[in-house]
Amino acid sequence: MSSNPQQPSFRTDRSRLFKDRFAQFGISAGGVMVLIALLLIFFYLLYVVQPIFESAKVEKRVDVTLSSAQQYVGIGIEEQTEIAYLLSRTGHVDFYQVKGQQAGGLIERLSVNLDGQVTSAAKSAPFLGQYAYGLDNGQVQLVKPSFLVTFPGNERVISPRLSYPLDGKQLLVDEQEKAIKRFAFSHYEDKTAVIALTADKRLIFASFVAEENMFSGEVEWVVERTELEIDGRIDELLITPDTTRTFVRSANQVYIFDTRYPSDVEQIQVLAANEENANLVGTSLLAGANSLMLANDNGEVSQWFEVNSDTGRKFQKIRAFETSKNSDVDIYSEYYRRTFFTTNNSGDLGLYYTTSEAHLWQGKVSEGAIKSFAVSPRSNAVLIVADDKLSVFDVHNEHPEVTWSALWQEVWYEGYPEPDYIWQSTSASDDFESKFSLVPISFGTIKAAMYAMLFAVPIALSAAVYTAYFMSSELRRVVKPTVEIMEALPTVILGFLAGLWLAPLIETHLPAIVALLLLLPAAMIGTAFLWTKLPEKIQHVIPEGWHSILLIPVVLIVGWVSFAISGSVEDWMFDGNVRQYLTNELGLTFDQRNSLVVGIAMGFAVIPTIFSIAEDAVFSVPKHLSNGSLALGATQWQTLVRVVLLTASPGIFSAVMMGLGRAVGETMIVLMATGNTPIMDWSIFQGMRTLAANIAVEMPESEVGSSHYRILFLAAFVLFIFTFVFNTVAEFVRQQLREKYSSM
Amino acid sequence: MVKQWFKSGSPWIWMTGGAVSISLISVLGLLAMIAWKGLSFFWPSQVVEMHLDGSVAKQVVIGEIYDREQVPKSRLEAAGYDLSAYDQEFIERLLIKTGNREYVELDFRWVLSTDIQQQSTPANLAVFERSKNGNFYGYVEQVIEDGKVVENNAIERLYEFVERAVELNDEALDLQNGDIGHINYELERMRLKEKGYVLDNALTDERMAELQTRRAQLREEYKVLEERLFELRKQAKRDQVIVRDMRGELVTLPLYQVLDVWFPNNMSYFAKVGHYISQIGKFISDDPREANTEGGVFPAIFGTVFMVMLMAVIVTPFGVVAAIYLHEYAAKNAVTKMIRIAVINLAGVPSIVYGVFGLGFFVYMLGGSIDQLFYPEAAPSPVFGTPGVIWSALTLAILTLPVVIVSTEEGLSRIPSTVRHGSLALGATKAETLWRIVVPMASPAIMTGLILAVARAAGEVAPLMLVGVVKMAPTLPLDGNFPYIHLDRKFMHLGFHIYDVGFQSPNVEAARPLVYATAFLLVTVIIALNITAIGIRNHLREKFRSLEH
Repeated sequence: MSSNPQQPSFRTDRSRLFKDRFAQFGISAGGVMVLIALLLIFFYLLYVVQPIFESAKVEKRVDVTLSSAQQYVGIGIEEQTEIAYLLSRTGHVDFYQVKGQQAGGLIERLSVNLDGQVTSAAKSAPFLGQYAYGLDNGQVQLVKPSFLVTFPGNERVISPRLSYPLDGKQLLVDEQEKAIKRFAFSHYEDKTAVIALTADKRLIFASFVAEENMFSGEVEWVVERTELEIDGRIDELLITPDTTRTFVRSANQVYIFDTRYPSDVEQIQVLAANEENANLVGTSLLAGANSLMLANDNGEVSQWFEVNSDTGRKFQKIRAFETSKNSDVDIYSEYYRRTFFTTNNSGDLGLYYTTSEAHLWQGKVSEGAIKSFAVSPRSNAVLIVADDKLSVFDVHNEHPEVTWSALWQEVWYEGYPEPDYIWQSTSASDDFESKFSLVPISFGTIKAAMYAMLFAVPIALSAAVYTAYFMSSELRRVVKPTVEIMEALPTVILGFLAGLWLAPLIETHLPAIVALLLLLPAAMIGTAFLWTKLPEKIQHVIPEGWHSILLIPVVLIVGWVSFAISGSVEDWMFDGNVRQYLTNELGLTFDQRNSLVVGIAMGFAVIPTIFSIAEDAVFSVPKHLSNGSLALGATQWQTLVRVVLLTASPGIFSAVMMGLGRAVGETMIVLMATGNTPIMDWSIFQGMRTLAANIAVEMPESEVGSSHYRILFLAAFVLFIFTFVFNTVAEFVRQQLREKYSSM
Repeated sequence: MVKQWFKSGSPWIWMTGGAVSISLISVLGLLAMIAWKGLSFFWPSQVVEMHLDGSVAKQVVIGEIYDREQVPKSRLEAAGYDLSAYDQEFIERLLIKTGNREYVELDFRWVLSTDIQQQSTPANLAVFERSKNGNFYGYVEQVIEDGKVVENNAIERLYEFVERAVELNDEALDLQNGDIGHINYELERMRLKEKGYVLDNALTDERMAELQTRRAQLREEYKVLEERLFELRKQAKRDQVIVRDMRGELVTLPLYQVLDVWFPNNMSYFAKVGHYISQIGKFISDDPREANTEGGVFPAIFGTVFMVMLMAVIVTPFGVVAAIYLHEYAAKNAVTKMIRIAVINLAGVPSIVYGVFGLGFFVYMLGGSIDQLFYPEAAPSPVFGTPGVIWSALTLAILTLPVVIVSTEEGLSRIPSTVRHGSLALGATKAETLWRIVVPMASPAIMTGLILAVARAAGEVAPLMLVGVVKMAPTLPLDGNFPYIHLDRKFMHLGFHIYDVGFQSPNVEAARPLVYATAFLLVTVIIALNITAIGIRNHLREKFRSLEH
């Protein structure tokens, strides 16, 4: 429709109105979305961190009524937690489906090839998944339920089978072929060992090493047997997977043997290990086999491991856990983590983590006594045989190692002489005890920031005060942007210079740095004094407010002199080598990349931030304030200290806060200018590892969703909150100040 | 009197002035040092021949003097040198770059000046820049063309042969990366296509046959190209040069490994300038060699620019819309004020936090979902569920969003309200006023914000280490293979290049000048961007100040 000049077209207006509304709506929606996206950072970090503080959950999945009232010597479950198996005393292995629609059905029953009558049975460390039968002819047969996964027609089918780790060969433990009453074994990598109690009460340690015959290529077994002497009855036997330690419990005594060399088995320690007014009822090895867990009949479970002492490495009681009061406590450990489960004869299940001393879960899972128990390979399910039923429970316990105390308090880690703050997140082995103390890296962050501030604050604030208050305005117009441009300099360049240029320079010219610190102020005051002595004519040539340009040659000369005399000073005072002097005479270790380097480099990065904000604050102090003070007869300096700085102090405070925020979060400089060792030491000659650098180093390698990954997110979250709060306080103070000025 | 003087506070004024001097000296000194060390690397320095005797066995050393330092005599004596014949307090020590890496244990060595019996700069000493094992220094003895010794004009012919070999090598490389790379890329795509059909249960015989014929066809093409490649390589291997090195032994250098040859001691000043410029050109346009410690930084420049441009495309609309909303539409109340403070403060959150967020949210969550939905055939290897250039750009966009918002808002608030009122009074709607009057007037401010954002993004390294940067990317994110822009690829970055070469490379000494040169490049770009931004901002302020009166 064409518009008519006489008849204004409302239609057009309506479309304009619509456009206006549309723009308002579109821009508002867009703007709000962008702001929400920024908020998302906060919530996403929180979302990733949150699971580590969730408590463990245990939920029943399925009950399977067992067909025959058999006695089971071992139970287990495969990795997908779909199939459970039970090994009976007669040598049958029953496989049950425990997941999906057919849950509860018996899939298959297999028989172990046994050449003899079963007299005893034992199981290996959980992660090996092996079981063994002791026979009446002094032999031991190893067996391992295993699972073949196939994909016919794109569907996963898991079929159970039995495999024999030693190719079905039975180990002859007792040469006298007496029945084996009780035993423990380990077959791991190239080491195989059995400790067995025979029917005639002899305790035999036997080691089997497979050696390939050079000529025939046949495998021959080299067997070493040692009889061990122990007074009293023998209750339990344990052997570590690497066969270096063997434990024998006899009532309340635990005998520890060094079985590293099968030909030279040595008793190294006897522990009287029961708690006060209690007796030992159970023993177990924790994952990694460094810790011995002992259960007492008052329900207490104690952890013991080897600690360096004056008389060599000795087992020592580290900590104890209160479990349910029950006289029959059994301990089961996980595959790789330091989690352990306790069961008892009244159906209680307890879940604990040793390192963080966490009591994760406790509850009643059956009416009667728990007869058998097993943990799934991925620790996401447990199996229980009780009341003639096989029950599967799903366990949600992804991050047992993270607790408040584990992150922030001293923890006694396996093999360490005392409780300590350690950050050591990964290692080559699966059963590594992760050490997640945030204390050393938080300490490093604070240390780095402190040294940076120590360097930056005096220089930046003095420079800001001078530039804002004394400097002539034409000079200020050049100086301010020059210093501010520093803020844009990529920190990777500062870090690179700090690491590759400054660090070696400081190492070789340490006296020069000290000399600079002493000589520079002295030279400045000296120059100032000499300046007053100059004839007035010369003084007037240079206008007021150009002091800093006058001082540039002075600083350069002092710098040059300091470095020039550095070698001589070193020669004269420290026998030509300061580093050696520090190490030998003062006992200080000197890292090339140390806090001094970081302090200077990071201070350098922080100076422009502090300078810029502080300068603004001082410069915008209303002129009538200082003019009034000067008119009343105060000197420039008095006016500055008593009037200007006092008025601008909130702004200066906010400048320092901003600088601190930047120093805390700086990554590249710390990464490149320190050795990144998480040590706790205030020494200026040693390095540190900061939260930010730690994230940069470890994040790319950490497994998604693992505790390590989430703790790194936690570190990022801490940094986020910390800097955000600091900046907000600073910004708030600044805005208040601006309002105050405008009302003056 | 001195007491009086101290009381007046004048010395303290001088002290604060001194702090400014220190800041200025360190800023300018730092920039000057980077510039000097970065630029002097390309100058063809003299190659010296030294006859050593004394604390070391009698020998000849040929190389460039890299560094000099004064060492206290006592320290050297403590280290086991016998220097009783000299009575100075300090002994000069020279760092010599001897090159010839495959024949000597170390291509850098310290030489005491007291050991130098004789030193000269013979005009016929040649420097060979090689594609493997770094530089080679020595005297040209014979030039061999296709097995025959060149009798006349050997040196001119040598230049000619080197140029020929370089050209052939370039051609071979183009072939390998261009046509052969294209075939490999297509074969890989066909593998994924086939797997995709299998997953959808749609792999019919017809499709199978189609794929097979195409594959056979590609293999045929590949064979032809491969033959051509081998032919080129064979041709490039034709010539050799025999050089006498500092041990006095004759070494045969195949010319296909030689990139350049020059006689620095025999160069005129202009020849040196020409060589200098060509070296800088090569630094900017070549690919890195030998674990990034030699060669150029072209892929890093390209990666940085590409990523930053991508980021600018993402950040500008969002930043501007958010700023317009905050300034024009949002209610003027305490909530808006708080939001504004929060946005400003996000600029102060450590960049590594953004990196962590980018890795978790963009790479694993968003990228992982994209892979599941659109690239099931590529599993288990991720396409977008792994760090890449798009995620880096997005992460840096979020990082620099506050910069753009703050700068644009400042620009908006500087526009005098009279201008707005005038437009509204003439009957324009708010949207029209915004679109026709306010935004165009604020565009320099938007530009400033964008430039500042780009400058910040170009210098950030820490977050990129988590979301997409690598030390050596085999392919650029932009190439001739469909769909031409590969947002999922990893990329190289100048800042990370500095970190990687300076701190992770096996031969830090050899790489150091290169790092300085890279640092200089990066600093120049960033400072230029910043100065431009500041210039625009100042110009804008002046303009609006005049509008107000």
